[in-house]
Amino acid sequence: MNAVLEIEDLRIGFGPLEAVRGIDLVVERGQTHCLVGESGCGKSVSALSVLRLLPKRARFSAARLAFEGNDIAGLGERGMARLRGDRMAMIFQEPMTSLNPAYTIGSQMIEVLRRHRGASRAAAVDRCIAMLERVGVTAPAMRLGQFPHQLSGGLRQRVMIATALLCEPALLIADEPTTALDVTVQAQFLRLLADIQRQMGLAVLLITHDLGVVARVADRVSVMYAGRIVEHGATGAVFAAPRHPYTRGLLASIPVPGKIPPGGRLGSIPGIVPRIGAGFAGCAFRARCAVAMPACAAPVPEHRLADGHRFACHLGPDGAWSGA
Amino acid sequence: MRRAALSLGAAIVAFAAILAIFAPLLMPHDPFAQDLTHRYTPPFWLPGGSSAHWLGTDGLGRDYLSRLILGARISMLIGVSTVILSGIIGTTLGVLGGYFGGRTDAVVMFIISCRLAIPVILVALTTVFMVGSGLWVVVLTIGLLLWERFAIVARAATRQVSGLDYIAAAWAAGCSRTRVILGEILPNIAHHLLVIATIDMAIAILLEAALSFLGLGVPPPLPSWGLMISEGKDYMFFKPWVIEIPGIALLILVLGINLLGDGLRDRLGARTEQ
Amino acid sequence: MIRFIVRSLLLAMLVCLTVLIVSFALTRLSGNLAINLAGPDASAASIAKIQHELGLDRPLPVQFAAWADRALHGDFGNSYLYHQSVSSLIASHLKVTLQLGAIAIGMAIIIAVPLGILAALHEGTWIDTACGLVALIGQAVPSFWLGLMLILWFGIDLRWLPIAGLATWKGYILPSFVLSFVAIPVMLRLTRGGMVDALRADYVRTARAKGLSRASIVLKHAFRNAAMPVVAVSAVQLGFILGGSVVTEVVFNVRGVGYLAWESIGKGDFPVVQAVVLLFAVTFVGLTFLADLIGAMLDPRVRG
Repeated sequence: MNAVLEIEDLRIGFGPLEAVRGIDLVVERGQTHCLVGESGCGKSVSALSVLRLLPKRARFSAARLAFEGNDIAGLGERGMARLRGDRMAMIFQEPMTSLNPAYTIGSQMIEVLRRHRGASRAAAVDRCIAMLERVGVTAPAMRLGQFPHQLSGGLRQRVMIATALLCEPALLIADEPTTALDVTVQAQFLRLLADIQRQMGLAVLLITHDLGVVARVADRVSVMYAGRIVEHGATGAVFAAPRHPYTRGLLASIPVPGKIPPGGRLGSIPGIVPRIGAGFAGCAFRARCAVAMPACAAPVPEHRLADGHRFACHLGPDGAWSGA
Repeated sequence: MRRAALSLGAAIVAFAAILAIFAPLLMPHDPFAQDLTHRYTPPFWLPGGSSAHWLGTDGLGRDYLSRLILGARISMLIGVSTVILSGIIGTTLGVLGGYFGGRTDAVVMFIISCRLAIPVILVALTTVFMVGSGLWVVVLTIGLLLWERFAIVARAATRQVSGLDYIAAAWAAGCSRTRVILGEILPNIAHHLLVIATIDMAIAILLEAALSFLGLGVPPPLPSWGLMISEGKDYMFFKPWVIEIPGIALLILVLGINLLGDGLRDRLGARTEQ
Repeated sequence: MIRFIVRSLLLAMLVCLTVLIVSFALTRLSGNLAINLAGPDASAASIAKIQHELGLDRPLPVQFAAWADRALHGDFGNSYLYHQSVSSLIASHLKVTLQLGAIAIGMAIIIAVPLGILAALHEGTWIDTACGLVALIGQAVPSFWLGLMLILWFGIDLRWLPIAGLATWKGYILPSFVLSFVAIPVMLRLTRGGMVDALRADYVRTARAKGLSRASIVLKHAFRNAAMPVVAVSAVQLGFILGGSVVTEVVFNVRGVGYLAWESIGKGDFPVVQAVVLLFAVTFVGLTFLADLIGAMLDPRVRG
């Protein structure tokens, strides 16, 4: 297959904390890969680390971080800047604050083309108008002269995605792009994302805490917990037969019409994601896990099933103690 | 680093306070006693200096160290008294405006705007000239002029605090307005006012020095540091130390007060956030 | 926007009117002006004569009305000392003060803004600490003493610059530098604070994600937002610099408005004092208004 992004053993730390503890991830061309988990599980910093947008104080290491086949783990700031916005693009959760309030939409879009393509102003304007039109922004020529505060949240997020797509990147990373939007706008935006991805053959890494979003758009899903990927597989397979207790907990907490008996309670996982320091061993989920055992403090084995489906738990595929 | 700055500031201010309080005991000589046979004796580290006058003598043969110590008393006195006066004026205005809002607030804001428009140094100079120079004239003049920071901060802090739950609770419990203001609001904005007090104290001390330097501040023979610089300036080309010593003293004291203020802001600010 | 301008203008005029009253009242603080003017040995007859000539024997409100009426028409009477109209006296002294003030605010911006940006880019490092120290010392140093020390260093020890007066362009350097010290600490801290916030803002992260150059990220995206309050404050600081001109002009023996005011106060030349107080106040009010206006213009959210 055609891997756009390959990550092996990615580790990120802040001071004494280990935010990401060795994750592997592959995103292929034309594929949407969802990284899902509760807030604080390390999914956003993982995404930021691909573009090397982590704060200066962060510790970062990876055995392999390959983009379109080239290892970029050792690439300097200048080299990364050349890739960002051109071959790989990112959009963020807060469309309100992610656009610069002091500049017009046009100014903030055109600068990308001038930077990466050396385009003339006129050519850049044409391209921006075409791209805004493509993401469904009405009156695109007028929008270029407007300031961010004059647009609605949904429009701003469309502007963000249009800006991200200007240079036809190979990879788009979207960090909770719909969280700040209204539910109806959310649905429209996800449909737009899916359309564009199909047309452009994009590889999309979508960060979300919302399994509803995952179900709608993801080809593959990685469930992240406390800095590790605890379960990964094709979306259908994971949803149909979740193996890790955490995945099961998450799935139990989505409201599914018709599935919850009247008066029945919506499931939720009690507790919060722990912060993990150096020297932590065993399964990080054991404090909240309904089926935890004393032995869960031992190093966790990984089980591999068909079609790349894998999960990390002391309970094996058959639900029995795997004895690792 | 920040802790060190706070400690250094506190140490400088404490040292100046000790000098000010115990000035009569610490001065080695009578600061007013003239000795025209020993004019401009250099300080001990320069050739011709002696241990009889550690920091030398001024143009009238008065002991510079003794005058410097008495000068610390004057600076601290000016700083503390003007801050008390301007603090009372500014806090009253600010709390009234912030608490009652509406028309009261508009009037307070207008008074603050007018005060900001008035050129402090000119008005202070004129006032001292008209009323006649004197230590307490200077205190009153500066105190009546420098209250705007207190007013602005007290107003903003009161507005912020008034919206909090426990103030509303005090209201609901039937506390009188005076009770709410004195018992609930003032204690909760006090840490802001303390920081402003340090800023204003530094400004008051610098302003007094400038007025005295311009000849319309503390009258001679009192040794205000600003006056010492003014008296020494005609001789500074030959004896630079006569302006260097009081100038550095002024710089260190004001720096210490500002360090203390910055440190307090960091610590008290952090505490309110938690 | 129009409403905002009209409101600010009305308020500014009201403030100026109040200052007009204050500046009048100021010179009536002492019991009898005429005694001050005539000197301690003057006879009662000559005092009465002076009183009558200056209209000081009329009731205060009448005196004020007459003075204010003329003042509003730009006529501040004649200087007791120079026997010249106050307006022309001030006009002849204003040029140097404005020149020095303009150079000073320029110097303050050139020194404070880059230092503030530098400190923010290296937040928490020794560079940041050093810039903080510059601001602290700038705040603590008495400007008249700084002026004298600079005269000693650059005028006497090094002989690079003249010790007083504005005969050559070199004469402008030291007084402007001392004046700029009034504004440097505030502008440095404001720039640093604004830049620290801006560099942490989401739109700067977006700018980085777009692969923009470091210069574009720092100067176009971060600084533009951090600059708004700095620009507004610069206008207000220019007002404070004017106030500082009194001390600086005396130290450097520059015959500007500040020097004129100091001289007039010391000699009881009140028509001049009143006029300068009013001039400084009106200038400050005007600059504050300008600052509000610039602030509003720079922020598209207000402008829109």
